[in-house]
Amino acid sequence: MISRFGKYLLVMKNVFRRPDKFRVYWKQLIIEINNLGIESLGIVSIISVFMGAVVAIQTAYNIDSPLIPISMVGFTTRQSVILEFSPTIISLILAGKVGSRIASEIGTMRVTEQIDALEIMGINPANYLIFPKVSAAMIINPIIIIISMGFGLMGGYLVAVVTGLFTTQDYIIGLRGWFDSFTIVYALIKTVVFAFLITSIAGFEGYAVKGGAIAVGEASTRAVVWSSIMIILFNLILTQLLLS
Amino acid sequence: MIEAKNISKSFGDNHVLKNITSRFEKGKTNLIIGQSGSGKTVFMKCLVGLHEVDDGSVLFDGRNFSDMDFNERKEIRKEIGMLFQGGALFDSLTVEENVMFPLTMYTDKSTEEKRDRVNFCLKRVNLENVNHLYPAEISGGMVKRVAIARAISMNPEYLFCDEPNSGLDPYTSGVIDELIQDLTREFQITTVVNTHDMNSVIKIGDTISYLYKGELWWEGTNSEILHSSNKELNDFVFGTELTKRLKDK
Repeated sequence: MISRFGKYLLVMKNVFRRPDKFRVYWKQLIIEINNLGIESLGIVSIISVFMGAVVAIQTAYNIDSPLIPISMVGFTTRQSVILEFSPTIISLILAGKVGSRIASEIGTMRVTEQIDALEIMGINPANYLIFPKVSAAMIINPIIIIISMGFGLMGGYLVAVVTGLFTTQDYIIGLRGWFDSFTIVYALIKTVVFAFLITSIAGFEGYAVKGGAIAVGEASTRAVVWSSIMIILFNLILTQLLLS
Repeated sequence: MIEAKNISKSFGDNHVLKNITSRFEKGKTNLIIGQSGSGKTVFMKCLVGLHEVDDGSVLFDGRNFSDMDFNERKEIRKEIGMLFQGGALFDSLTVEENVMFPLTMYTDKSTEEKRDRVNFCLKRVNLENVNHLYPAEISGGMVKRVAIARAISMNPEYLFCDEPNSGLDPYTSGVIDELIQDLTREFQITTVVNTHDMNSVIKIGDTISYLYKGELWWEGTNSEILHSSNKELNDFVFGTELTKRLKDK
Protein backbone atom coordinates (compact mmCIF):
# COMPACT_ATOMS: atom_id res chain seq x y z
CA MET A 1 0.00 0.00 0.00
CA ILE A 2 2.88 2.37 0.77
CA SER A 3 4.44 1.58 -2.61
CA ARG A 4 1.12 2.32 -4.31
CA PHE A 5 0.84 5.63 -2.46
CA GLY A 6 4.37 6.45 -3.65
CA LYS A 7 3.34 5.71 -7.23
CA TYR A 8 0.27 7.91 -6.75
CA LEU A 9 2.52 10.78 -5.64
CA LEU A 10 4.81 10.28 -8.64
CA VAL A 11 1.88 10.39 -11.04
CA MET A 12 0.52 13.50 -9.28
CA LYS A 13 3.93 15.13 -9.68
CA ASN A 14 3.50 14.75 -13.44
CA VAL A 15 -0.16 15.78 -13.33
CA PHE A 16 0.58 19.14 -11.75
CA ARG A 17 2.97 20.42 -14.37
CA ARG A 18 2.52 23.22 -16.82
CA PRO A 19 0.19 22.05 -19.62
CA ASP A 20 1.92 21.54 -22.98
CA LYS A 21 -0.47 23.95 -24.66
CA PHE A 22 -2.89 26.16 -22.69
CA ARG A 23 -5.38 26.48 -25.57
CA VAL A 24 -5.75 22.71 -25.66
CA TYR A 25 -5.98 22.59 -21.85
CA TRP A 26 -8.85 25.12 -21.75
CA LYS A 27 -10.72 23.13 -24.38
CA GLN A 28 -10.23 19.94 -22.37
CA LEU A 29 -11.30 21.74 -19.20
CA ILE A 30 -14.61 22.82 -20.74
CA ILE A 31 -15.24 19.30 -22.05
CA GLU A 32 -14.54 17.82 -18.61
CA ILE A 33 -16.73 20.37 -16.84
CA ASN A 34 -19.52 19.14 -19.06
CA ASN A 35 -18.66 15.43 -18.76
CA LEU A 36 -18.01 15.33 -15.03
CA GLY A 37 -20.27 18.11 -13.81
CA ILE A 38 -23.16 19.08 -16.04
CA GLU A 39 -23.93 15.45 -16.90
CA SER A 40 -24.16 14.64 -13.18
CA LEU A 41 -26.74 17.34 -12.46
CA GLY A 42 -29.74 15.08 -13.14
CA ILE A 43 -28.88 12.36 -10.66
CA VAL A 44 -27.65 14.90 -8.09
CA SER A 45 -30.91 16.87 -8.28
CA ILE A 46 -33.14 13.81 -7.90
CA ILE A 47 -31.16 12.39 -4.98
CA SER A 48 -31.03 15.80 -3.27
CA VAL A 49 -34.79 16.36 -3.41
CA PHE A 50 -35.51 12.94 -1.92
CA MET A 51 -32.73 13.30 0.64
CA GLY A 52 -34.09 16.62 1.88
CA ALA A 53 -37.61 15.23 1.98
CA VAL A 54 -36.59 12.19 4.03
CA VAL A 55 -34.62 14.30 6.53
CA ALA A 56 -37.64 16.61 6.97
CA ILE A 57 -40.07 13.70 7.50
CA GLN A 58 -37.75 11.90 9.94
CA THR A 59 -37.19 15.08 11.93
CA ALA A 60 -40.90 15.89 12.03
CA TYR A 61 -41.73 12.38 13.30
CA ASN A 62 -39.08 12.61 16.00
CA ILE A 63 -40.26 15.91 17.43
CA ASP A 64 -42.84 14.81 19.97
CA SER A 65 -42.05 17.23 22.78
CA PRO A 66 -44.23 20.37 22.90
CA LEU A 67 -41.15 22.25 24.13
CA ILE A 68 -39.43 21.87 20.77
CA PRO A 69 -40.88 24.17 18.12
CA ILE A 70 -41.93 22.46 14.88
CA SER A 71 -39.78 24.99 13.00
CA MET A 72 -36.85 22.83 14.12
CA VAL A 73 -37.71 20.64 11.13
CA GLY A 74 -36.52 23.39 8.79
CA PHE A 75 -33.46 24.08 10.92
CA THR A 76 -32.48 20.41 11.15
CA THR A 77 -33.06 19.81 7.45
CA ARG A 78 -30.92 22.81 6.55
CA GLN A 79 -28.09 21.84 8.88
CA SER A 80 -28.12 18.20 7.78
CA VAL A 81 -28.25 19.03 4.09
CA ILE A 82 -25.61 21.76 4.17
CA LEU A 83 -23.20 20.19 6.64
CA GLU A 84 -23.30 16.59 5.57
CA PHE A 85 -25.74 15.30 3.01
CA SER A 86 -24.90 17.55 0.08
CA PRO A 87 -21.11 17.74 0.38
CA THR A 88 -20.44 14.21 1.63
CA ILE A 89 -23.21 11.96 0.35
CA ILE A 90 -23.33 13.61 -3.07
CA SER A 91 -19.54 13.39 -3.27
CA LEU A 92 -19.78 9.68 -2.48
CA ILE A 93 -22.31 9.30 -5.27
CA LEU A 94 -20.04 11.25 -7.62
CA ALA A 95 -17.15 9.00 -6.57
CA GLY A 96 -19.18 6.13 -8.02
CA LYS A 97 -20.38 7.88 -11.13
CA VAL A 98 -17.41 10.08 -12.03
CA GLY A 99 -14.67 7.93 -10.46
CA SER A 100 -15.54 4.79 -12.39
CA ARG A 101 -15.90 6.80 -15.59
CA ILE A 102 -12.46 8.39 -15.24
CA ALA A 103 -10.69 5.16 -14.25
CA SER A 104 -12.23 3.13 -17.06
CA GLU A 105 -11.68 5.86 -19.66
CA ILE A 106 -8.00 6.34 -18.82
CA GLY A 107 -7.49 2.61 -18.18
CA THR A 108 -8.85 1.76 -21.62
CA MET A 109 -6.55 4.37 -23.13
CA ARG A 110 -3.66 2.65 -21.36
CA VAL A 111 -4.45 -0.87 -22.60
CA THR A 112 -5.09 0.33 -26.16
CA GLU A 113 -1.70 2.13 -26.18
CA GLN A 114 -3.27 5.57 -26.56
CA ILE A 115 -1.27 6.77 -23.55
CA ASP A 116 1.91 5.37 -25.11
CA ALA A 117 1.00 7.26 -28.29
CA LEU A 118 0.77 10.51 -26.31
CA GLU A 119 4.10 9.81 -24.67
CA ILE A 120 5.77 9.09 -28.02
CA MET A 121 4.51 12.46 -29.25
CA GLY A 122 6.38 14.07 -26.35
CA ILE A 123 3.20 14.96 -24.49
CA ASN A 124 2.99 14.48 -20.73
CA PRO A 125 0.05 12.02 -20.66
CA ALA A 126 -0.65 12.36 -16.92
CA ASN A 127 -0.95 16.11 -17.26
CA TYR A 128 -2.91 16.00 -20.51
CA LEU A 129 -5.42 13.41 -19.29
CA ILE A 130 -5.77 13.89 -15.55
CA PHE A 131 -5.15 17.59 -14.88
CA PRO A 132 -8.23 18.87 -16.80
CA LYS A 133 -10.39 16.33 -14.96
CA VAL A 134 -9.04 17.29 -11.52
CA SER A 135 -9.36 21.02 -12.15
CA ALA A 136 -12.80 20.66 -13.78
CA ALA A 137 -14.15 18.74 -10.80
CA MET A 138 -12.67 21.23 -8.33
CA ILE A 139 -14.39 24.04 -10.22
CA ILE A 140 -17.77 22.46 -11.00
CA ASN A 141 -18.39 20.30 -7.91
CA PRO A 142 -18.89 23.25 -5.52
CA ILE A 143 -21.51 24.59 -7.93
CA ILE A 144 -23.17 21.16 -8.10
CA ILE A 145 -23.17 20.93 -4.31
CA ILE A 146 -24.79 24.37 -3.97
CA ILE A 147 -27.47 23.27 -6.43
CA SER A 148 -27.83 20.05 -4.44
CA MET A 149 -28.34 22.08 -1.25
CA GLY A 150 -31.08 24.07 -2.98
CA PHE A 151 -32.84 20.92 -4.16
CA GLY A 152 -32.43 19.28 -0.74
CA LEU A 153 -34.08 22.19 1.03
CA MET A 154 -36.79 22.22 -1.63
CA GLY A 155 -37.41 18.53 -0.87
CA GLY A 156 -38.18 19.42 2.74
CA TYR A 157 -40.49 22.18 1.57
CA LEU A 158 -42.36 19.74 -0.69
CA VAL A 159 -42.94 17.46 2.30
CA ALA A 160 -44.69 20.32 4.06
CA VAL A 161 -46.85 21.01 1.01
CA VAL A 162 -47.70 17.37 0.25
CA THR A 163 -48.03 15.75 3.71
CA GLY A 164 -49.00 18.63 5.98
CA LEU A 165 -46.76 17.23 8.74
CA PHE A 166 -45.70 20.83 9.35
CA THR A 167 -46.55 24.11 7.69
CA THR A 168 -44.42 25.71 5.02
CA GLN A 169 -44.24 28.78 7.24
CA ASP A 170 -42.73 26.79 10.12
CA TYR A 171 -40.31 25.16 7.71
CA ILE A 172 -39.10 28.48 6.33
CA ILE A 173 -38.77 29.99 9.82
CA GLY A 174 -36.57 27.02 10.71
CA LEU A 175 -34.57 27.33 7.51
CA ARG A 176 -33.80 30.99 8.19
CA GLY A 177 -33.14 30.71 11.92
CA TRP A 178 -29.71 30.56 13.60
CA PHE A 179 -27.89 30.58 10.28
CA ASP A 180 -24.08 30.60 10.34
CA SER A 181 -22.65 31.30 6.89
CA PHE A 182 -19.47 29.41 7.81
CA THR A 183 -21.38 26.16 7.37
CA ILE A 184 -21.51 26.91 3.64
CA VAL A 185 -17.78 27.66 3.57
CA TYR A 186 -17.13 24.43 5.48
CA ALA A 187 -19.26 22.45 3.01
CA LEU A 188 -17.52 23.96 0.01
CA ILE A 189 -14.04 23.36 1.42
CA LYS A 190 -14.99 19.72 1.92
CA THR A 191 -16.42 19.55 -1.59
CA VAL A 192 -13.25 20.86 -3.21
CA VAL A 193 -11.09 18.39 -1.26
CA PHE A 194 -13.44 15.52 -2.13
CA ALA A 195 -13.43 16.55 -5.80
CA PHE A 196 -9.64 16.38 -5.80
CA LEU A 197 -9.65 12.98 -4.10
CA ILE A 198 -12.23 11.48 -6.48
CA THR A 199 -10.58 12.62 -9.70
CA SER A 200 -6.95 12.17 -8.70
CA ILE A 201 -7.47 8.67 -7.28
CA ALA A 202 -9.58 7.60 -10.26
CA GLY A 203 -7.11 9.16 -12.67
CA PHE A 204 -4.21 7.37 -11.00
CA GLU A 205 -6.01 4.01 -10.96
CA GLY A 206 -6.76 4.32 -14.67
CA TYR A 207 -3.26 5.51 -15.48
CA ALA A 208 -1.62 2.64 -13.58
CA VAL A 209 -3.60 -0.09 -15.34
CA LYS A 210 -1.54 -3.01 -16.61
CA GLY A 211 -3.18 -5.75 -18.62
CA GLY A 212 -6.50 -5.86 -20.40
CA ALA A 213 -10.24 -5.54 -19.89
CA ILE A 214 -10.21 -7.26 -16.49
CA ALA A 215 -7.55 -4.88 -15.22
CA VAL A 216 -9.64 -1.92 -16.38
CA GLY A 217 -12.64 -3.28 -14.46
CA GLU A 218 -10.52 -3.80 -11.37
CA ALA A 219 -9.10 -0.29 -11.64
CA SER A 220 -12.59 1.12 -11.90
CA THR A 221 -13.67 -0.74 -8.76
CA ARG A 222 -10.53 0.28 -6.87
CA ALA A 223 -11.09 3.90 -7.88
CA VAL A 224 -14.59 3.92 -6.37
CA VAL A 225 -13.60 2.03 -3.23
CA TRP A 226 -10.49 4.09 -2.47
CA SER A 227 -12.04 7.45 -3.25
CA SER A 228 -15.03 6.56 -1.03
CA ILE A 229 -12.75 5.54 1.83
CA MET A 230 -10.69 8.70 1.43
CA ILE A 231 -13.83 10.86 1.37
CA ILE A 232 -15.01 9.33 4.65
CA LEU A 233 -11.55 9.74 6.20
CA PHE A 234 -11.08 13.33 5.06
CA ASN A 235 -14.64 14.14 6.11
CA LEU A 236 -13.65 13.29 9.64
CA ILE A 237 -10.33 15.14 9.46
CA LEU A 238 -11.82 18.30 7.91
CA THR A 239 -14.76 18.33 10.29
CA GLN A 240 -12.41 18.10 13.24
CA LEU A 241 -10.18 20.83 11.81
CA LEU A 242 -12.90 23.25 10.71
CA LEU A 243 -15.72 22.81 13.21
CA SER A 244 -14.12 21.82 16.49
CA MET B 1 20.27 6.91 -38.34
CA ILE B 2 19.39 5.22 -35.08
CA GLU B 3 21.99 3.30 -33.14
CA ALA B 4 21.38 0.87 -30.30
CA LYS B 5 24.54 0.25 -28.32
CA ASN B 6 24.77 -2.67 -25.88
CA ILE B 7 21.13 -2.51 -24.88
CA SER B 8 20.10 -4.70 -21.94
CA LYS B 9 16.73 -4.79 -20.28
CA SER B 10 15.37 -7.01 -17.53
CA PHE B 11 12.08 -7.28 -15.71
CA GLY B 12 12.97 -8.76 -12.34
CA ASP B 13 14.87 -11.98 -13.06
CA ASN B 14 13.64 -12.09 -16.63
CA HIS B 15 16.45 -10.85 -18.89
CA VAL B 16 14.50 -9.80 -21.96
CA LEU B 17 17.25 -8.04 -23.92
CA LYS B 18 20.88 -9.09 -23.70
CA ASN B 19 23.52 -6.68 -24.88
CA ILE B 20 21.99 -5.78 -28.25
CA THR B 21 23.94 -3.58 -30.63
CA SER B 22 22.43 -2.62 -33.93
CA ARG B 23 21.97 0.32 -36.29
CA PHE B 24 19.00 1.39 -38.37
CA GLU B 25 19.75 3.37 -41.48
CA LYS B 26 18.11 6.45 -42.95
CA GLY B 27 15.89 5.98 -46.00
CA LYS B 28 15.68 2.24 -45.39
CA THR B 29 13.00 0.00 -43.95
CA ASN B 30 14.79 -1.67 -41.06
CA LEU B 31 13.01 -4.77 -39.78
CA ILE B 32 13.24 -6.37 -36.37
CA ILE B 33 11.97 -9.93 -36.55
CA GLY B 34 11.71 -12.80 -34.14
CA GLN B 35 9.33 -15.24 -32.54
CA SER B 36 6.73 -14.11 -30.05
CA GLY B 37 8.49 -13.49 -26.74
CA SER B 38 11.89 -12.91 -28.36
CA GLY B 39 11.97 -9.31 -27.09
CA LYS B 40 11.03 -7.40 -30.26
CA THR B 41 8.41 -5.18 -28.66
CA VAL B 42 10.55 -4.49 -25.60
CA PHE B 43 13.46 -3.61 -27.88
CA MET B 44 11.31 -1.16 -29.84
CA LYS B 45 9.93 0.33 -26.63
CA CYS B 46 13.50 0.80 -25.42
CA LEU B 47 14.38 2.54 -28.68
CA VAL B 48 11.52 5.05 -28.34
CA GLY B 49 11.93 5.48 -24.58
CA LEU B 50 8.73 3.82 -23.43
CA HIS B 51 11.00 1.49 -21.45
CA GLU B 52 14.18 2.74 -19.82
CA VAL B 53 17.20 0.61 -20.72
CA ASP B 54 19.14 -1.01 -17.86
CA ASP B 55 22.40 -0.76 -19.77
CA GLY B 56 23.54 0.71 -23.05
CA SER B 57 22.33 3.67 -25.02
CA VAL B 58 20.13 4.69 -27.93
CA LEU B 59 21.40 7.36 -30.29
CA PHE B 60 19.29 9.33 -32.76
CA ASP B 61 21.72 10.73 -35.31
CA GLY B 62 24.40 10.85 -32.64
CA ARG B 63 22.15 12.33 -29.93
CA ASN B 64 22.15 10.11 -26.86
CA PHE B 65 18.43 9.63 -26.15
CA SER B 66 18.99 7.39 -23.13
CA ASP B 67 20.78 10.11 -21.15
CA MET B 68 18.15 12.79 -21.78
CA ASP B 69 15.46 13.95 -19.38
CA PHE B 70 11.78 14.29 -20.34
CA ASN B 71 12.10 17.82 -21.77
CA GLU B 72 15.24 17.03 -23.79
CA ARG B 73 13.58 13.91 -25.18
CA LYS B 74 10.56 15.98 -26.13
CA GLU B 75 12.54 17.65 -28.92
CA ILE B 76 13.52 14.29 -30.40
CA ARG B 77 10.03 12.91 -29.93
CA LYS B 78 8.68 15.66 -32.16
CA GLU B 79 10.76 14.00 -34.87
CA ILE B 80 9.35 10.54 -34.16
CA GLY B 81 6.23 9.02 -35.62
CA MET B 82 4.94 5.71 -34.37
CA LEU B 83 2.43 3.24 -35.67
CA PHE B 84 1.15 1.06 -32.85
CA GLN B 85 -0.06 -2.51 -33.21
CA GLY B 86 -3.71 -1.56 -32.66
CA GLY B 87 -3.38 1.88 -34.23
CA ALA B 88 -3.78 3.65 -30.86
CA LEU B 89 -6.01 6.30 -32.37
CA PHE B 90 -7.75 8.49 -29.80
CA ASP B 91 -11.28 7.15 -29.90
CA SER B 92 -12.88 10.35 -28.64
CA LEU B 93 -11.52 12.21 -31.68
CA THR B 94 -12.48 11.98 -35.34
CA VAL B 95 -10.04 10.83 -38.01
CA GLU B 96 -9.29 14.46 -38.86
CA GLU B 97 -8.76 15.43 -35.22
CA ASN B 98 -6.49 12.42 -34.71
CA VAL B 99 -4.22 13.34 -37.60
CA MET B 100 -4.37 17.00 -36.62
CA PHE B 101 -3.49 16.29 -32.98
CA PRO B 102 0.33 16.56 -33.20
CA LEU B 103 -0.03 19.69 -35.33
CA THR B 104 -2.33 21.27 -32.73
CA MET B 105 0.05 20.43 -29.92
CA TYR B 106 3.26 21.52 -31.58
CA THR B 107 2.56 24.10 -34.26
CA ASP B 108 0.88 27.48 -34.42
CA LYS B 109 -0.64 26.79 -37.83
CA SER B 110 -4.13 28.07 -38.56
CA THR B 111 -6.99 25.60 -38.69
CA GLU B 112 -7.04 25.85 -42.47
CA GLU B 113 -3.32 25.11 -42.75
CA LYS B 114 -3.67 22.18 -40.40
CA ARG B 115 -6.65 20.87 -42.35
CA ASP B 116 -4.65 21.08 -45.57
CA ARG B 117 -1.85 19.09 -44.00
CA VAL B 118 -4.32 16.52 -42.65
CA ASN B 119 -5.89 16.11 -46.07
CA PHE B 120 -2.44 15.74 -47.65
CA CYS B 121 -1.46 13.04 -45.16
CA LEU B 122 -4.77 11.19 -45.53
CA LYS B 123 -4.52 11.35 -49.29
CA ARG B 124 -0.96 10.04 -49.05
CA VAL B 125 -2.26 6.92 -47.29
CA ASN B 126 -5.07 6.61 -49.85
CA LEU B 127 -7.86 7.80 -47.59
CA GLU B 128 -10.36 10.44 -48.53
CA ASN B 129 -13.73 11.58 -47.22
CA VAL B 130 -13.24 9.89 -43.85
CA ASN B 131 -12.30 13.04 -41.92
CA HIS B 132 -15.52 13.18 -39.91
CA LEU B 133 -15.59 9.49 -38.95
CA TYR B 134 -14.54 8.14 -35.56
CA PRO B 135 -12.02 5.28 -35.25
CA ALA B 136 -14.81 2.91 -34.23
CA GLU B 137 -16.54 3.60 -37.54
CA ILE B 138 -13.68 2.56 -39.83
CA SER B 139 -12.09 -0.82 -40.67
CA GLY B 140 -8.88 -2.22 -39.17
CA GLY B 141 -6.89 -1.46 -42.32
CA MET B 142 -8.18 2.10 -42.36
CA VAL B 143 -7.28 2.52 -38.68
CA LYS B 144 -3.70 1.53 -39.55
CA ARG B 145 -3.63 3.99 -42.44
CA VAL B 146 -4.99 6.81 -40.29
CA ALA B 147 -2.36 5.94 -37.69
CA ILE B 148 0.31 6.19 -40.40
CA ALA B 149 -1.15 9.53 -41.51
CA ARG B 150 -0.94 10.76 -37.90
CA ALA B 151 2.61 9.44 -37.61
CA ILE B 152 3.77 11.36 -40.70
CA SER B 153 1.79 14.55 -40.05
CA MET B 154 4.79 16.23 -38.43
CA ASN B 155 7.23 15.14 -41.17
CA PRO B 156 9.07 12.72 -38.89
CA GLU B 157 12.73 11.85 -39.21
CA TYR B 158 12.11 8.48 -37.59
CA LEU B 159 9.16 6.13 -38.04
CA PHE B 160 8.53 3.16 -35.76
CA CYS B 161 5.95 0.53 -36.66
CA ASP B 162 5.01 -2.15 -34.15
CA GLU B 163 3.58 -5.15 -35.99
CA PRO B 164 1.81 -3.06 -38.62
CA ASN B 165 0.20 -6.11 -40.25
CA SER B 166 -1.28 -7.76 -37.19
CA GLY B 167 -4.97 -8.48 -37.59
CA LEU B 168 -5.02 -7.60 -41.28
CA ASP B 169 -5.78 -9.77 -44.29
CA PRO B 170 -2.83 -10.54 -46.64
CA TYR B 171 -3.91 -8.00 -49.25
CA THR B 172 -4.32 -5.13 -46.77
CA SER B 173 -1.04 -6.16 -45.14
CA GLY B 174 0.64 -5.76 -48.49
CA VAL B 175 -0.89 -2.32 -48.95
CA ILE B 176 0.36 -1.21 -45.53
CA ASP B 177 3.85 -2.63 -46.25
CA GLU B 178 4.06 -0.77 -49.54
CA LEU B 179 2.89 2.40 -47.90
CA ILE B 180 5.56 2.18 -45.21
CA GLN B 181 8.27 1.51 -47.76
CA ASP B 182 7.12 4.28 -50.10
CA LEU B 183 6.97 6.84 -47.31
CA THR B 184 10.39 5.77 -46.04
CA ARG B 185 11.98 6.30 -49.44
CA GLU B 186 9.98 9.39 -50.39
CA PHE B 187 10.69 11.32 -47.18
CA GLN B 188 14.05 9.65 -46.40
CA ILE B 189 12.83 8.50 -42.98
CA THR B 190 14.69 6.10 -40.72
CA THR B 191 12.03 3.44 -40.38
CA VAL B 192 12.08 0.59 -37.88
CA VAL B 193 9.42 -2.10 -38.27
CA ASN B 194 8.73 -4.80 -35.75
CA THR B 195 7.17 -7.85 -37.41
CA HIS B 196 6.97 -11.59 -37.64
CA ASP B 197 5.21 -11.52 -40.98
CA MET B 198 7.47 -13.21 -43.56
CA ASN B 199 5.68 -11.48 -46.44
CA SER B 200 6.82 -8.14 -45.02
CA VAL B 201 10.32 -9.46 -44.50
CA ILE B 202 10.68 -10.48 -48.13
CA LYS B 203 8.84 -7.47 -49.52
CA ILE B 204 10.20 -4.49 -47.61
CA GLY B 205 13.11 -5.68 -45.45
CA ASP B 206 16.02 -3.49 -46.55
CA THR B 207 17.86 -4.53 -43.40
CA ILE B 208 16.74 -7.26 -41.03
CA SER B 209 17.68 -7.91 -37.40
CA TYR B 210 16.65 -11.30 -36.04
CA LEU B 211 16.17 -11.49 -32.28
CA TYR B 212 16.32 -14.86 -30.58
CA LYS B 213 15.70 -15.22 -26.85
CA GLY B 214 16.63 -11.59 -26.25
CA GLU B 215 19.84 -11.68 -28.27
CA LEU B 216 20.62 -10.26 -31.67
CA TRP B 217 21.09 -13.54 -33.50
CA TRP B 218 21.45 -12.52 -37.13
CA GLU B 219 21.57 -9.39 -39.30
CA GLY B 220 21.26 -9.11 -43.06
CA THR B 221 18.99 -8.17 -45.96
CA ASN B 222 15.89 -9.76 -47.44
CA SER B 223 17.90 -11.37 -50.19
CA GLU B 224 20.34 -12.90 -47.70
CA ILE B 225 17.77 -14.23 -45.26
CA LEU B 226 16.55 -17.04 -47.51
CA HIS B 227 20.06 -18.42 -47.93
CA SER B 228 21.28 -18.18 -44.38
CA SER B 229 22.72 -21.26 -42.67
CA ASN B 230 21.67 -20.05 -39.24
CA LYS B 231 19.53 -22.85 -37.81
CA GLU B 232 17.36 -20.74 -35.47
CA LEU B 233 16.75 -18.20 -38.21
CA ASN B 234 15.80 -20.94 -40.69
CA ASP B 235 13.42 -22.46 -38.15
CA PHE B 236 11.74 -19.07 -37.92
CA VAL B 237 11.78 -18.16 -41.61
CA PHE B 238 10.63 -21.57 -42.82
CA GLY B 239 8.32 -22.17 -39.90
CA THR B 240 5.09 -22.09 -41.89
CA GLU B 241 3.83 -24.81 -44.20
CA LEU B 242 3.86 -22.43 -47.15
CA THR B 243 7.49 -21.35 -46.72
CA LYS B 244 8.56 -24.96 -46.07
CA ARG B 245 7.02 -26.06 -49.37
CA LEU B 246 8.60 -23.14 -51.20
CA LYS B 247 11.98 -24.08 -49.78
CA ASP B 248 11.54 -27.75 -50.73
CA LYS B 249 10.78 -26.75 -54.33
